[in-house]
Amino acid sequence: MSIPRFWRNIKSRYDLIGKQCKSCKSIYFPPRNFCPKCRRIGELEDYKLKGKGEVVTYTIIRTPPDGFDMVSPYIMGIVELEEGPMLTTQIVDADVNEIYIGMPVERVFRKIGEDGDAGLIYYGYKFRPAPKEE
Amino acid sequence: MEGIVGYGVYIPRYRIKTEEIARVWGNDGESVKKGLMIGEKAVAGIDEDAATIAVEAARNALSRAEISAKEIGAIYVGSESHPYTVKPTATIVAEAVDATPELTAADFEFACKAGTAAMQAVLALVKSGMVKYGLAIGSDTAQGAPGDPLEYTAAGGGAAYIIGKNNPLATIEATYSFTTDTPDFWRREGQPYPRHGGRFTGLPAYFKHVSSAAKGLMDSLGKGPEDFDFAVFHQPNGKFPRVVAKKLGFEKEQFEAGILVDRIGNTYSGSSILGLAKVLDIAKPGQKILLTSFGSGAGSDAFSLVVEDSIEEKRPLAPLVEDYISDKVYIDYAIYVKLRKKIRV
Repeated sequence: MSIPRFWRNIKSRYDLIGKQCKSCKSIYFPPRNFCPKCRRIGELEDYKLKGKGEVVTYTIIRTPPDGFDMVSPYIMGIVELEEGPMLTTQIVDADVNEIYIGMPVERVFRKIGEDGDAGLIYYGYKFRPAPKEE
Repeated sequence: MEGIVGYGVYIPRYRIKTEEIARVWGNDGESVKKGLMIGEKAVAGIDEDAATIAVEAARNALSRAEISAKEIGAIYVGSESHPYTVKPTATIVAEAVDATPELTAADFEFACKAGTAAMQAVLALVKSGMVKYGLAIGSDTAQGAPGDPLEYTAAGGGAAYIIGKNNPLATIEATYSFTTDTPDFWRREGQPYPRHGGRFTGLPAYFKHVSSAAKGLMDSLGKGPEDFDFAVFHQPNGKFPRVVAKKLGFEKEQFEAGILVDRIGNTYSGSSILGLAKVLDIAKPGQKILLTSFGSGAGSDAFSLVVEDSIEEKRPLAPLVEDYISDKVYIDYAIYVKLRKKIRV
């Protein structure tokens, strides 16, 4: 990934900042440039997502791409956030045997990857099982 | 009066037992455990580092402070394991908690006391009126060379403190520091692991600085050990904080509550301030706390704190230290070297 391509998205990657349409109130993540429902009359503003949601589906990666050898096996999931948007994310701090569809999860700040020993470190959101509500 | 308006911690969930490390290096696990008074230590996951730990702790501190991150005017992160040598950890934290762009930020380094040095700096900014709130963090994924005695203790974890004037959960009455050039422990540029003076550095380094700072603070306030409900010290192992506390005249009931090194190891810049968080997790309004850090090289910062009424309503807003300590997964030495990147593929 080019360095500017990473830092342009830092707000959304670090802090789950998406967009909300002022006219129809739809919330988008990753951020969009215009509202597909309202088109020209829509106006988007920053919207900070709380980072709570549940697992919609998942897969377990046992044959990882380059750079992820040390992490495998790991879980990639689609998480539906409380506010509605769905995102693809790694699910960490969960054993591959304990993950299930519908599992409540919360966002966590982790390293996503790094460009070797001397390159940039890419940080961003991942999700982990949420503690049980008391 | 200025004080802590929010605090938060983070401890990674992986643990390795002292016996497991001893098994690999042919040492007697029981005697190492008895000598260091450490049963297990916290190990950061493969995707965690001082920056991710700092962010998690800062988010917990913000939950308790109940302020907008945009009101934070300064972020200082103390660590001896900053992920970059050049490029601040503090900017990563600032962006991740959405405090950017109107603030000042920098990284601090002073072995294990960089976190309390950061607390003093933001306290001064708040006192002078330069910022409304300041965020100080101590966070580390400490390094210990394979086979070095440090490997039994060097752990991962961190704590974050938001300091301000409005409705603090604990006021900071005074702070006092004691600093000399004492080379007991160091890591040279480009070196992956620190070196140390080994035995006999305890007395001229840890004990001299910690007791001088604690005494200096108490003398300046005209107070003695009996005036504090809790005393928290830097915890490189289980022995040092207990010995220095007794030497200073503190009783068991005053210092045991702040000790957590036996269950998570030495979290370096996070060590004494995680101990403070553990005490804040149980303290009642009106109780008084003495905090004294230690950083090799060497220096100690001492603080006198008074717990305020708002502790009761703010405490439940983020996880407690015990929540993180009890959420754990044991790993063996093989997984440990993989997580700590001591093997390369």
